[in-house]
Amino acid sequence: MRDERPVEMLLGLVALSTTTALVLIAVFIFIEGVPVIARVGPAQFLLGRRWAPDAGSFGIFNMLAGTVWVTVGALCLGVPLGLACAIFLSEVAPRPLARMLKPALELLAAIPSVVYGFMGVVVLVPLVRTTLGGPGFSVLAASAVLAVMILPTITSITYDSLRAVPDSYREGSLALGAGRWQTIAMVLMPAARPGILAGVILGTGRALGETMAVLMVAGNALRAPTSPLDPVRTLTANIALEMGYAQGEHRQALLATGLVLFVVIMAANSVALALSSRRAGEGG
Amino acid sequence: MTAGAGGHKLRTVNLSVFYHRTQALHGISAAFGERLITAIIGPSGCGKTTLLRCLNRMNDHLPGFRLTGEVLLDGQSIYRPGTDLRRLRTVVGMVFQRPNPFPLSVFANVAYGPRVHGVSDRMELWATVERALREVGLWEEMRRRLDRPAPDLPLGQQQLVCLARLLAVRPEVILLDEPCSALDPLATLRIEDLMRRLKCRYTVIIVTHSMRQAARVSDRTIFMLDGRLIEEGPTAAIFTSPRDRRTEDYITGKLG
Ligand SMILES: Nc1ncnc2c1ncn2[C@@H]1O[C@H](COP(=O)(O)OP(=O)(O)O)[C@@H](O)[C@H]1O
Ligand SMILES: [Mg+2]
Repeated sequence: MRDERPVEMLLGLVALSTTTALVLIAVFIFIEGVPVIARVGPAQFLLGRRWAPDAGSFGIFNMLAGTVWVTVGALCLGVPLGLACAIFLSEVAPRPLARMLKPALELLAAIPSVVYGFMGVVVLVPLVRTTLGGPGFSVLAASAVLAVMILPTITSITYDSLRAVPDSYREGSLALGAGRWQTIAMVLMPAARPGILAGVILGTGRALGETMAVLMVAGNALRAPTSPLDPVRTLTANIALEMGYAQGEHRQALLATGLVLFVVIMAANSVALALSSRRAGEGG
Repeated sequence: MTAGAGGHKLRTVNLSVFYHRTQALHGISAAFGERLITAIIGPSGCGKTTLLRCLNRMNDHLPGFRLTGEVLLDGQSIYRPGTDLRRLRTVVGMVFQRPNPFPLSVFANVAYGPRVHGVSDRMELWATVERALREVGLWEEMRRRLDRPAPDLPLGQQQLVCLARLLAVRPEVILLDEPCSALDPLATLRIEDLMRRLKCRYTVIIVTHSMRQAARVSDRTIFMLDGRLIEEGPTAAIFTSPRDRRTEDYITGKLG
């Protein structure tokens, strides 16, 4: 038998270094970000409406609101679409077709986000401007681009959860005279719910963290939006826009913004992880 | 030939079934008497499940499934074009080999059928759930635990919940595919008891690999081998004086 220890050690090293990197990043953001939040005051930092780095005002509320608008919008568009795709692939499409379409859909996740942003600028923004009015660079445009970007995540995880539902449930329901859609709505979706929730939360995390595509189509105005057609600046876009020249306290405030995002996304992922492991536990 | 109280509820006429190229049933003509328990016995792979599932068209969606011949329910072909599958399956209901309660509460499981067929009134659903659970003898045990997830129950109770779930839609024919093969002896006895009580109101057809079970509960027995009906008759006659050599071999354990 060949000695496998070198391979094991290499893999261990890789695992160790990625974990270490994650911890280091977390520590770095905390150390750099916490002092500003402490100085400004957490409430003032999160809820302050004035972001004027030159004047030393660091309130991220407008951008926080922007992130919430854009993310909620993306979920409103992306979740129904993603569920519909998954239900179609799992329950309606012939198996060979599903086996072809699913990898194609997952490939969408591999397209660089700048390409999505580009498509948004070229197609979506003019479309919003001409059909709905406003500048076109807007919450709506950003949400729509994000919806397409989170579609693979939601579809793929929902599909897997639906496939994991035993056929005996489908048969049991049909044998009682239920129709196909009743079976889907009343048995399969509830059975797959933990997995579906995990998919939605992972999609949310992705939407919260996405930067480039949003930055390109959102307009980036420093105001809290009042309508889906208003331009908007998200937390991530703000960091990307200002990090290049920020110095001193401004720079720290941007890192503190990153800290807020980091905490929110970590929380979302932990919930998703808990949900999906609960599902695995139930499957036994 | 002794038919049931009301003659034959279900009949197959020269029924042949194919999965792709392979033939699973060869020209089966069998009759199932009303308010009787008919047992289908035979070695594993002889086509018992296939025959049973033809009776409520649960085979329709299987890949490569094809059927010739007829299945008559109250004299009407269930395979004629335009048959309402949903209605057919409320008349001819089925309990599966492995208990398959939905991952919902006991109440939601039993109320599922009526809900699917448009009942939404709470009081009516409660009444139906109580009636169905009483019918399978689970009401006293379950009345305080109706909100428990059904899959958390012991297997025997799961199977009874599945039976109650079926009775809630008021079927006329009950198909049972080895309903006890996953259960312990006590739960098995309980189901067999129940079957004897159910036969006053329902036409019961049970597939079983246990000849003793067939002998204990059934009025008539059908013996199958390699997709063919070998012998059919009153259970006592089949077990004491089989006419066919192969039936005798199977019953005495020389076969399968
Ligand atoms: N879905 C299917 N596709 C192809 N062949 C099948 C299918 N179901 C059953 N068969 C075949 O049909 C024959 C009868 O099977 P089955 O009705 O399950 O027998 P039994 O219930 O008596 O064990 C077997 O040879 C089996 O391999
Ligand atoms: Mg079988």
